[in-house]
Order: sequence, then structure tokens, then C-alpha cells
Amino acid sequence: MMDGIEHITAAFAQAKRENRAAVIPYLPLGYPQPERSLALAEAAIDGGADLLELGIPFSDPLADGPLIQQATHTALQQGITVARCLEMAKKLRKREISPPFVFMGYYNPILAYGVEEFCRGCTDAGVDGLIVPDLPPEEGKELEGACQEQGIALIYLVAPTSPPERVRLISERSQGFIYLVSVTGITGPRDQLPSDLAAFVHRVQMITDKPLAVGFGISSYPQASRVAKLADGVIVGSELLRRAQGNDGVAQVRAFVAGLRRAAIKG
Amino acid sequence: MPNKENIEDTMYHETLPDPRGYFGLYGGRYVPETLMSTLDELENAYQEAKADPSFHQELDGLLANYVGRPTPLYFARNLSKSCGGAKIYLKREDLAHSGAHKINNTLGQALLARRMGKHRLVAETGAGQHGVATATAAALLGMECVIYMGSADMARQAPNVDRMHLLGGTVREVNTGSRTLKDAINEAIRDWVSNVRSTYYLLGSALGPHPYPLIVRDFQTVIGREAREQILAAEGHLPDLLIACVGGGSNSIGLFHPFLDDPVRMIGVEAGGRGIETGKHAARFADPRRGRLGVLHGTRTYVLQDADGQILPTHSISAGLDYPAVGPEHSYLRDQTRVKYTYATDAEALDAFHTLCRMEGIIPALESAHAVAEAIKRAPKLGPDQVIIVNLSGRGDKDLDTVIKIMEAE
Ligand SMILES: Cc1ncc(COP(=O)(O)O)c(C=O)c1O
Repeated sequence: MMDGIEHITAAFAQAKRENRAAVIPYLPLGYPQPERSLALAEAAIDGGADLLELGIPFSDPLADGPLIQQATHTALQQGITVARCLEMAKKLRKREISPPFVFMGYYNPILAYGVEEFCRGCTDAGVDGLIVPDLPPEEGKELEGACQEQGIALIYLVAPTSPPERVRLISERSQGFIYLVSVTGITGPRDQLPSDLAAFVHRVQMITDKPLAVGFGISSYPQASRVAKLADGVIVGSELLRRAQGNDGVAQVRAFVAGLRRAAIKG
Repeated sequence: MPNKENIEDTMYHETLPDPRGYFGLYGGRYVPETLMSTLDELENAYQEAKADPSFHQELDGLLANYVGRPTPLYFARNLSKSCGGAKIYLKREDLAHSGAHKINNTLGQALLARRMGKHRLVAETGAGQHGVATATAAALLGMECVIYMGSADMARQAPNVDRMHLLGGTVREVNTGSRTLKDAINEAIRDWVSNVRSTYYLLGSALGPHPYPLIVRDFQTVIGREAREQILAAEGHLPDLLIACVGGGSNSIGLFHPFLDDPVRMIGVEAGGRGIETGKHAARFADPRRGRLGVLHGTRTYVLQDADGQILPTHSISAGLDYPAVGPEHSYLRDQTRVKYTYATDAEALDAFHTLCRMEGIIPALESAHAVAEAIKRAPKLGPDQVIIVNLSGRGDKDLDTVIKIMEAE
């Protein structure tokens, strides 16, 4: 059986064979209600997600803009906990076809759950990787150890402000893929991609062969198209969440992910 | 009182934090990658400034002529007499320009920001004292300044909101979460992440990612250095006990740190709010069920949290102590049993507030009143030749609304 890292690597390889960037939707678990969030995640899978990023809510998400702040706040009010996130991931995993899952969550709830126990829970739930936005590699040893034991990828983020020596450090330590934060800022839809994005992606590509997925702010098909021509993956969060909010959210999410998949042709 | 031998065992203060920003298990840098290189730059700039005599000359000049340092160490004769026991001295940070110890740190950091070529300051504030002190430094040095403040705090510390405006600061209201200091820090960090190239984050307590706990501590130790000299001059010996309130922990570490290698006991006073058992408090060390090792705002330390690791809302009558995490060096000093931590409830702090007003003619900040409350408890247990120094971290003008509303309700 493939472990988490292999599962993620295979998903990027498959997209590459199809001459596409991998499409990676982000959805916070438990928003707007637990059942509904599962339906939204399934819609993202049906739409053709290559990987799925599932958010674990935290009371103080300091890397997130208002949309994700509000959604995770709502999820917490619904009584969502780390344990329930693991249960929900497990439920989703029961589907016949399913892409790799990565959890996106801040460090404190993981610490409170117990780092090793959490990683065992991830394996049990079929979660393949973790993104922890407030955990740079310098502080990641403990979680890395526990991930390694379970074959789970700990995915680090690299930012436009990261100097070459940090890009190198992150590239060495990140597993599965590297998360490129497109902007110097927090999550949230943006009208335009930063003008220096191509240069930034190239800077990282010079240093590593690992797949690069770009996230933060990507909110339209043309933007996804541009990113797909540069990188190996496109992560879309806030805009998807915005579309998930209406009554027809499930249909909207499915359609938007399918559209992103068409847009993410490398060409 | 610790004896001389084990004092020597704990000569750690020159070496901590370690190069990774840890005080034992506590501290570090738990921040988004976007900020990591900025923190490296800050650390380098600070080490350079620290080694540069002209930096100290400028800061010391401002502290003397602008802030009015040294602040007096005042023997509170009436209070001491009424407690019956130790002599209580007050370190009068309330007399520092802008009304609290916060200015010691904001001037230091604003000069550092200028050295780094950053002309926009962002800060959080709870009681408003740090916001006022930041706006003051920004006005003096001609910098732009944006201050985040929870709407609950804006309501209860309204005079300080007006002061920030008058000083040219922009106050941004924060309406997320508990709408207090924690949420203001979240927003300040989001601003900083978004504008990191131009903006300096002027953190107001001995908190946050490395090197902030170190920088804030160093700028606040002027309190303890002065107090040490002043008490030796006044009494001819070291004090027996130091007492300070602990929000994030800057006024307390500033008083304590220069005495760490001396045989001097120290007590940090957290906000006991409505009582520990009610859960409505901000006493990270007094409530083992809620106050546990965690990570908040870039540092690993004791944090008030629920079983799932979600940060809990806190309560204190004083906005400046109303915060769920404590500076990492305090967690370390507590583990070492070098400093003892206790709490004062809202009611005890209010009593101490009124006592100090009437007995000494000094209106203290409600934060500082927590330290006074502990001194009132301790003094009778000590002898008349023993000495307590209480850090009177700020003045109480900002709290008049809060106190008068409570008096009217009674
Ligand atoms: C007068 C005063 N004292 C104490 C504090 C608490 O902060 P710290 O623990 O950093 O000294 C504040 C914070 O706003 C304050 O305004």
C-alpha cells in the first residue's frame, strides 16, 4: 500500500502526465455545518480535485483573511474539534475514488491533541499530508518525526520573502510538495496575481525538483491558467468558499473545480 | 528565600534565550514563513544596535529628557504603616511620559525600526497604554502608526483611544473573537504579514516570536536597574521581595531581570478576574485545567485553551492583563521556581486601587493595582526591616470610567 507521501507524489505525477497542473481545492471542515461540509468536499472531488485540502478550524487563524476566518469560526460554533475532523476525513475516504487529502491546520490544536496521536489518527483516517501555516521548519522537528513514522507528508510553505537559504531549507524538508505562498499577505481572493509570481516560482524551481503548488489569492480561471503554466499545482481556497456559501453551493463548488481543472492545462 | 548556592546555579540570564529563541522549553518562532526572514533581520539589527554606543546614547537621552527617567522609587509610608510589616516601595512607572512603562519599549523599538529603514509602525493594544506609547514614539520620530484595538477595549479605555488620535495614530477597531488584546494581536500580525517590507511590528509585551521577548525585556530592564540602585541608596541593602503584575509580562520581567542573580524573592501577579473556578480570568498559571503548554502568537508557552486546543476567551477588569498567553521567559522562571506566580481577583485589584488612591494620593492603573493587592497581602507577613518593591506600571486615568461605573452600580 502507498503511504501518504507516495499518494501525493502519484497525484502530481498523474496531473503532469495529463499535461495539467494539479487542482487543489481548500475547504474548511465543519462549515457551514458538518454534513454540508462533507457534501461540499464530495462536490470538489466530483469536480475533479487532484488533491483535497481540508481545513481544521482554529480560534485564531492569523494567516487567514476574513472569509476563512468567518468560516472556521462558524465551524467551531458547530462544535467541530480535531477528533471530529479526523472522523469526517475518514468518512470521505470511504468513497470509492478519492484523491489524496491534506489537512491544513494551525499548530496549537495539533499539540493539544498530541502530535503522535494526531499523526496516527491521520493515517487511520487516510489523510496523506499536513500543512501547518504557523510551523516553520525550525520548529517542525517534533511533528516531522511523528509524520515520518506514519508516512505522512509534512508540507512546508515558502514565501516571496524567503531568501535563497530558506528556500533551500524548506525544499529539503518539505515532503510531497512545496506550498508557494503567492503573495506577501494572508488568504483571500485577489483581483490580480502578484507581478513577480513567475520570478518567484522560477527562483524556487532552480533549487528543487519537488512539485510546487501555488496558493493564496487565486480566484479565477485565467489566474489558474497562468499559475498552471508556471507551477505543478493550483490551490484555491477563499474563492471556492465564497462560491460554497449560497443555496446552490454544492453545484457551484463542483462546477468551479471542474472549470479550474480545464483552466489548469499547461499548454 | 533562595540561598546563595542555588542562586549561582541559576546564573542563566546572560545566556537565555538560546540562539533559537528558547528559554528552556518556551519561546521559539511559530510564525508564517513570510515573517521568518524579517525576524532574522530584526534579530541582526537588534544585535547591531545593542553593540552600537550611539544607539544607546540616543535612547538614554530620550529616556532621561523625554520620558523623565529615572522614575522615582517612592516609599509608600502610609500604605506600609496601614499594612503593618514590610516597607513598601513603589517604582513609579506611572510617572513615565505617557503614563506607563510601555514607553521604555516603544522608544527603543521605534529607534530600531528607523535604523532598519522602516517608517510605518503597527502595534496592538489592550489597555491602550502601549498604543499611546507607540503613537507617542511615532509622533516624536515622524513615523506613520497604525494601532489595532479590540472594540471591547476601545469602549472601556476610551480616553486612550482619544490620546492615540491626538498623537496622530490611526486606531483600527477589531471586531473578531473576544474583541480584546488577543484579537488585536491577530490583526496586527495580519497587517504585518501583508506589509512586511515597509512595516515594523512594534510588539508591546515580552511575547511573540523570537527575538521580541528578548528585545522587549532588554528595553524594560531599565526599570529593574534603576530600582536596584535606588533601593541600595535608600536602604543600603537589596529588597526582600519584588512584586509586579503579569499581562504579557513586560513590566514584571523589566523589574525582575536585573535582580535574578540576587537573593531576592519575586512574585508575578496574574489577573484572577472573577475567580479561578469561574473560568472568567486570565491567570495562565493558576488554572492547570485551562492553562497548558501551547503555541499562540508565535511563541510556545502557557496558554489558556480548551481541551481541543482552541484559545479560550479571558476576563479581567484590566484590559492590559486580559490575554490568554504569557511571555515565554515567565513560563521558564516559573519552572525554575525562581519567580512565584499568583493572582489577584477583580475585586482585590479594585480594593487595592481605592486604597492607593486614598492612602497615598496615587491613582494606579487597574493592571498595577493587581500588584498592589499582592503587596497588601504580603507586607504584614514580613518584618519592619524588610523591603518590598512594587512595580507601579502605570497610572489610572484611563480606568476612571470603569471604576466609576462600578462605584455607581454598588
Ligand atoms: C499599566 C500597565 N501595566 C501592565 C500592563 C501589562 O502588560 P505587561 O505584563 O507586558 O507589563 C499593561 C498593558 O497594557 C499596562 O498598560
